[in-house]
Amino acid sequence: MQVIDLATMPLRDMNATLQAQGAETNQRAWEIANPRGAHAIAVGLDAPIAVRVAGSTGYYCAGMNQQAEITVTGSAGPGVAENMMSGKVVIEGDASQYAGATGHGGLLVIRGNAASRCGISMKGIDIVVEGNVGHMSAFMAQSGRLVVCGDAGDALGDSLYEARLYVRGSVRSLGADCIEKEMRAEHLAELEELLSAAGSDAVAGDFRRYGSARQLYHFNIDNAY
Amino acid sequence: MSDTDKAGAPRTDPIQSGTFTRPINAEIRRAAATGIYDIRGGGAKRKVPHFDDLLFLGASMSRYPLEGYREKCDTDVTLGTRYAKNPIRLDIPVTIAGMSFGALSGPAKEALGRGATLAGTSTTTGDGGMTPEELGHSDKLVYQYLPSRYGMNPRDLRRADAIEIVVGQGAKPGGGGMLLGQKISDRVAGMRNLPAGIDQRSACRHPDWTGPDDLEIKILELREITGWQVPIYVKIGGARPYFDTTLAVKAGADVVVLDGMQGGTAASQDVFIEHVGQPTLACIHGAVQALRDLGMHREVQLIVSGGIRTGADVAKAMALGADAVAIGTAALIALGDNDPKWEADYQALGTTAGAYDDWHEGRDPAGITTQDPALMARLDPVEGGRRLNNYLRVLTLEAQTIARACGKSHLHNLEPEDLCALTIEAAAMARVPLSGTDWIPGQTL
Repeated sequence: MQVIDLATMPLRDMNATLQAQGAETNQRAWEIANPRGAHAIAVGLDAPIAVRVAGSTGYYCAGMNQQAEITVTGSAGPGVAENMMSGKVVIEGDASQYAGATGHGGLLVIRGNAASRCGISMKGIDIVVEGNVGHMSAFMAQSGRLVVCGDAGDALGDSLYEARLYVRGSVRSLGADCIEKEMRAEHLAELEELLSAAGSDAVAGDFRRYGSARQLYHFNIDNAY
Repeated sequence: MSDTDKAGAPRTDPIQSGTFTRPINAEIRRAAATGIYDIRGGGAKRKVPHFDDLLFLGASMSRYPLEGYREKCDTDVTLGTRYAKNPIRLDIPVTIAGMSFGALSGPAKEALGRGATLAGTSTTTGDGGMTPEELGHSDKLVYQYLPSRYGMNPRDLRRADAIEIVVGQGAKPGGGGMLLGQKISDRVAGMRNLPAGIDQRSACRHPDWTGPDDLEIKILELREITGWQVPIYVKIGGARPYFDTTLAVKAGADVVVLDGMQGGTAASQDVFIEHVGQPTLACIHGAVQALRDLGMHREVQLIVSGGIRTGADVAKAMALGADAVAIGTAALIALGDNDPKWEADYQALGTTAGAYDDWHEGRDPAGITTQDPALMARLDPVEGGRRLNNYLRVLTLEAQTIARACGKSHLHNLEPEDLCALTIEAAAMARVPLSGTDWIPGQTL
């Protein structure tokens, strides 16, 4: 295990060190000590390494991640795993706004709750939230899957494109063009797979599925108000 | 119609309303018939105070000129000197503004890259991500970081020579965009992670930050991902240039790109284009003053865009304090947009060369703002690149001619003192004296 202490190493050096790891690196396990809410921790990584952040982070932890498996033992600030391309990010605590925003791939797991706009504009990422999500989650979500084991706030899936949403608890309200859809066998299967990948013991059969009604796909003045 | 009525009395001439003009009435009828507002491309078409309302004074007894063809008048500019390890050095201070693949065809993006490279300047991606056409033909490529994040990925981010965070656009400060389904080919859709053929909304604000404090952290993240190698620009629409520039600099921008209301868009509501934002001329002074107040003028570079057409416009923007300018609409015209040689096709679309602005419909006769293979084939990217290079060279030569006449050995040496204004409005906006006077409106004589 390689340990980087952010109390002594500058953020720039920490990120440069992790970014320098290639596919062939034999230093595959890293710990970031004393993150103390710093922003932009472990961003832009692109190697099959495991990074454990021992504490809580500020904005954009694991931003644009590729390949790496990053675990935050505390909570994460806004925009965790934003624009992630691949790999896995696990937040043991809660996540602030915009978790997984615009993510293109990979798996984001949030053991606690996620605040508003979780999965906003997601483009292929899978997100599993074991707690609740705040309002406007999956706003303009394009593709990928958002799984909420708890409750969802107002305007879930507003202006949704092709992302698929699964919620076990209540949904305070659905956003424009977001509707409940039939849960078919293939959906149960993919949900079970997602829950398993996230290490969740939730039962797929307890969830409801939501998706786009596809009524906003072509501009229509009647939808403008 | 006779000039007299049946009784032989003189008629009153029919008078068209100055308020309810023919175009306004036509728009009312169109709106009543369709129930939808007008969407179009381009920038503000209304006449607003512009660079034409300024004049250079030239040399005189107290200023001596440089020889017009021989004496040195440099044109280079370096952008991103504040924080980036690798600032961009351009041979000329005219760059190509961000325009999206999807709005433009692949050959058009290639032509822009070719022309910019031949002229020694940069071109810019747009909504939809980076295409091989522009990457392969652009020696210096600026990668736009937009609210939609269509096509955004760290590989392209690291391949770019600079990153431009788009906060606003002159044609629509506070507005997003809409690429209509008819232009969403399989390729465009694939780059944007969306189904083909559906309308694609580009959001009006970024999904993971709001406000200047957040922007500062976002810039930090982008620098950390790119190793602090490349400049980070912040593009703002011409809304509140003094405060927006101040906040962009405070957030850590290396370069501020200021886009006035004449700057174009691929598709927005006409009412937005014509009624939101300020003219380019009215925005420059505020931005420059903000940089001066922060002690950052020339330390953070200012790129001005929105209605740049001639070398005189380039020189005037620079005299007012810009470090460089960007062109979009003019570059498309140089490629062949609205060329009268396609007049028959424009007529068939119910318009005429010079007025065609339905870029969102994907039926561009010039093959530039389309994804239709047959129309795209009308633009030869090699020839387009040659034409753009020629045009960029003319802009530079014209600006040099003016600068030499003002006794300046570098375009950056042009200054407000070289200018006067033809109208009170332009004098007030640009903060240069009204022609024939020492009067700058708002300043005590």
